[in-house]
Amino acid sequence: MVTAVTSFGRSGTSDWLVQRVSGVILLAYFLFIGSNLIGGVDYIAWKALFAHTWVKVFSLMALLSLAAHAWIGIWVVLTDYLTERLMGAKGNVLRVALQLLVMVTIFVYVVWGVQILWGY
Amino acid sequence: MLKVSIYRYNPEVDDKPYMQDFDFDTQGKDLMVLDVLEQLKSQDTTITYRRSCREGVCGSDGLNMNGKNGLACITPLSATVKGNKLVLRPLPGLPVIRDLIVDMSMFYAQYEKVQPYLQNNSPAPAIERLQSPEDRAKLDGLYECILCACCSTSCPSFWWNPDRFIGPAGLLQSYRFLADSRDTATEERLAKLDDPFSVFRCHGIQNCVNVCPKGLNPTRAIGHIRNMLLSRAT
Repeated sequence: MVTAVTSFGRSGTSDWLVQRVSGVILLAYFLFIGSNLIGGVDYIAWKALFAHTWVKVFSLMALLSLAAHAWIGIWVVLTDYLTERLMGAKGNVLRVALQLLVMVTIFVYVVWGVQILWGY
Repeated sequence: MLKVSIYRYNPEVDDKPYMQDFDFDTQGKDLMVLDVLEQLKSQDTTITYRRSCREGVCGSDGLNMNGKNGLACITPLSATVKGNKLVLRPLPGLPVIRDLIVDMSMFYAQYEKVQPYLQNNSPAPAIERLQSPEDRAKLDGLYECILCACCSTSCPSFWWNPDRFIGPAGLLQSYRFLADSRDTATEERLAKLDDPFSVFRCHGIQNCVNVCPKGLNPTRAIGHIRNMLLSRAT
């Protein structure tokens, strides 16, 4: 068995399931947002929409889904192309550095997103 | 005249690989690609490739023909030639030993990982382990694999991670034993496949299904393995 400490769930089955479930949540969320934007929206209506607790909860769910989805997806891409086998030792350095950058970015977006949802 | 372009590389002589062009007279016949190679080899004996049974049973002459993997012996020119040109290259993603011959060690190492043999620790019966016709039918579409490597070498996930992703051929054989009612090592087999690479590097693009000369469907077998892993874990 191949182990991978930087993968999201440490298990292929877990990552696969999270990727699918988060994908469905994101699809539902973007359909929801799209249906609200399609007829045009002004600041008053937009603020009223996000005044509902369930919209904030749904948005946070989508934000966390996006975080997990991006972590898994980017990890898969990086472990395909930036590997020791293809690039020598610098492949590992480059991959771990980019992976850390992605993790930090995701963390910032999640905290920032929470602040936006409950801060205004 | 058919334009045939062949990948040539002899590491003892050549600095790097090159393509060599030949003009070939098919005399109006719809020959198999292997026939073309055989006739060209009679002119230039240094052209090197593997072949054995010449009827799609042994799996030796897997090649990349005009960009698509297949067995040279059962691929007629009419099925592969476009614009009167035939480009022959070794199977992609594996190290080239010479000309059209690749080093299949990585492919076999992945095959070895799935323990492709029946495991049953109950005492052997007097004559044989019986299997119902229904259970036997579950092995159809799995046991026919000839390990030509056309599928695994057409899979980008296998190109990037041939040391960690088992690949379509290995996974088809893995499921052949997971699905076998006589095999008792299902749990141990699944436990070895749960990591993020062995099975889950498959993203279902189905290149393997597209090229399999035996018409098998590794993607479906991988889906079955995934379902077994899911039901085991939930």
